[in-house]
Amino acid sequence: MSTQEMPIPEAKAKPVWLQLISLAAHQRVLAFASLVVLVIGFSLASPNFLQMSNVINILQATSVNGVLAIAVTFVIITGGIDLSVGTMMTFTAVIAGVILTYAGMPLLLGVVGAIGVGALCGLCSGVFVAKLKIPPFIATLGMMLILKGLSLVISGTRPIYFNDTPSFSEISLGSVIGEVFPSAPFPNGVLILFAVALAASYILRRTVLGRYTFALGSNEEAVRLSGVNTDAWKMAIYALAGAIVGIGGLLIASRLNSAQPALGLGYELEAIAAVVIGGTSLSGGRGTIVGTLIGALIMGVLTNGLRVLSVAQEWQTVVTGAIIILAVYADMMRRKKS
Amino acid sequence: MTKLVELNGIEKRFPGVHALKNVRFDLHPGEVHALMGENGAGKSTLMKILSGIYQRDEGEMRVKGESVNPQGPRDALDLGIGIIHQELSLMNDLTAAENVFIGREPRLSFGRLDDAALNRQAEEIFASMNLSIDPKAVVGELTIARQQLIEIAKALSYRPQVLIMDEPTAALNDAEIAELFVIIQQLKSEGVGIVYISHKMDELKRIADRVTVLRDGTYVATVPAKETPVSEIIAMMVGREIKEAPLQVPDTSSAETVLKVSRLSRGQEIQDVSFSLRKGEILGFAGLMGAGRTEVARAIFGADPIDAGEVEVHGKPVRINSPHDAVRAGIGYLSEDRKRFGLATGMNVRANIALASMERFTSALGVLREPDMKAVAEQYIDRLDIRTPSDAQEVRLLSGGNQQKVVVGKWLLRDCDILIFDEPTRGIDVGAKSEIYALLEALAADGKAIIVISSELPEIMRLSHRIAVMCEGRLTGVLPGGADVTQTQIMALATARDAAMAPVGELT
Repeated sequence: MSTQEMPIPEAKAKPVWLQLISLAAHQRVLAFASLVVLVIGFSLASPNFLQMSNVINILQATSVNGVLAIAVTFVIITGGIDLSVGTMMTFTAVIAGVILTYAGMPLLLGVVGAIGVGALCGLCSGVFVAKLKIPPFIATLGMMLILKGLSLVISGTRPIYFNDTPSFSEISLGSVIGEVFPSAPFPNGVLILFAVALAASYILRRTVLGRYTFALGSNEEAVRLSGVNTDAWKMAIYALAGAIVGIGGLLIASRLNSAQPALGLGYELEAIAAVVIGGTSLSGGRGTIVGTLIGALIMGVLTNGLRVLSVAQEWQTVVTGAIIILAVYADMMRRKKS
Repeated sequence: MTKLVELNGIEKRFPGVHALKNVRFDLHPGEVHALMGENGAGKSTLMKILSGIYQRDEGEMRVKGESVNPQGPRDALDLGIGIIHQELSLMNDLTAAENVFIGREPRLSFGRLDDAALNRQAEEIFASMNLSIDPKAVVGELTIARQQLIEIAKALSYRPQVLIMDEPTAALNDAEIAELFVIIQQLKSEGVGIVYISHKMDELKRIADRVTVLRDGTYVATVPAKETPVSEIIAMMVGREIKEAPLQVPDTSSAETVLKVSRLSRGQEIQDVSFSLRKGEILGFAGLMGAGRTEVARAIFGADPIDAGEVEVHGKPVRINSPHDAVRAGIGYLSEDRKRFGLATGMNVRANIALASMERFTSALGVLREPDMKAVAEQYIDRLDIRTPSDAQEVRLLSGGNQQKVVVGKWLLRDCDILIFDEPTRGIDVGAKSEIYALLEALAADGKAIIVISSELPEIMRLSHRIAVMCEGRLTGVLPGGADVTQTQIMALATARDAAMAPVGELT
């Protein structure tokens, strides 16, 4: 009964240039191509740009935003949003400070504590969203303010320094690679970013949690009516995002050798921007970690490149904003075509 | 008499698809011309060309004898061509009147809105349609049927000479359909030509003057509606005759009672509903729209809360508070709205089939065994004859019938003993319908216990071993299935509005 079959357009042989264009129309490829173009452009404009020290600067500067963006990617693919990742990062840094500096406990406990508290904060957001049915925007807006306040309260509004734990700064600034290959002294923070990205990508693509992340964003009610305990999975996804934010908190605290309680606001928007530039749909159901990583790198390259070219900081922000609008527009055009 | 519309030699190509091939169609003033064909036959494409949404590649288009070339819906409206889309396109938070006159609001000076005139004009249109709708009623709070009628009022407010109706009765009950047909008769007498798209054969017999059949983007024939037997029209649509085997009701009286529902209640929607279901049995649920059939199904499945009632599965009482509990008890529910409640349409066939049984493919660490999932998905694609290029195809690209099979596959894989099908053939064309029927019968023969909810009486009578009838939240009776039951008997129970009436027939 061929009559009711859906006509499926055949893949016809296209000229090479058309293939290239349709390839570039793929948001992730598009993002990657823009990254390459940016890098080439900046290195032509300034010979200092591609120096090893500057490349390391870019990667180092990207590591925190990259990790936060990976966390928020999970939530966005479920069709939600997480506005609390910035202040949650600070909160987990403060917790690490409390454990290591105030209580003088060993480094490992500080690390586990920060990640665990991050997971707990994420779980709270998850409970608000899944159980109390509060829209994610509102629930995480509330969490953002709560965590900002708690960070200030716990720290007494003063930075907590990690001077008693010298190895703490190694988390971000040390270089395991540099010890083996002295010519490529990539700091651990960068290594951690890529490790988190690899793990996150694996979870998203190969585990049941990842599959439900996409399924929830694609059609939550259909998933619920398939007998899946959607509330529990949603809470788990927010908790996982929180744990990843905990890693981000460790990275920034270690780089600054201190937990700065006033820091954090604005980081969530940078993270969301990276996710969006990377081609993850804000309406849920679609997205990749690779895209998010590229998105974060584009933002890092842009900030660094414009600085190398001595463009005023104010203008850097303007350019970043324009890039976000451009990226989302390109994504919409692509989807319209398909 | 000049023809209102004349389409000749219409060609339309989309990338990779030749959607319309040398198609013709015409429309006289004051006639209802039905356009029939399976999904994908080209009906919608043709009507979108007529209403200016698409532009034809080749061919001739005349309106009242003059060659025209509408470039958009606005142009078509100016030519007097209005269309009522299958899907509602109303703004739920606005009032009925505001919806009817959206974009053409009566104004006072300085751009202020003239609400009094707006409501008065809407009132006039509703009155001309014999409708008692408050122009100030917020559309989202009205029933789907009323919303549909407002959509029709909106189209009529443009005073079109040609009105295209795409499945206008999909959401209407019999009384509302009758109302709509009165409106259509009235429009006919005013000389309006109506293009009527519907899958319901009985409606064509009642309302249409001529029928044009399309198949695979080509014109098949135009025949008088009254004189042509339904079987012949169907044969033209599918290119062959569909032989319906008469229903054989198997004797399931000695089979195990798989599901027993006692005194299920929730507010006005579900009132004291009790019934049971045996292994291998197909229990049909008939009733008018809003009779509470879907509500009962969703309540049993735990999708909505209940006030009172017990459910027993395999003789054991079970507490079902969520779909999660229901699925564990072996109950699967296939919603009437597949796209909203049944499928993650952006995901592929494999993920959708596995959606209710992920744990089967998950290692202790939560890692998915993709090859197993693929193998099982392919097995179900094969077994259910799902037409898809591969298990990696996104479900949204499949036809309605094949999407339904994917949902069936999902529940079969979950190994549910009790399957509740809510309007299993809604939006599915004639050819695929009999396939779905065959599938349901095969499932029952295989020992599954099946509930079928349907608003189409022929479907209920074609499938059901027993027929439960509901009216206004109450189970008004259970009739035996088979050749002896008549539509009249079912309708009598479906309209048994007297709350004091005792249920008839056997309830076990």
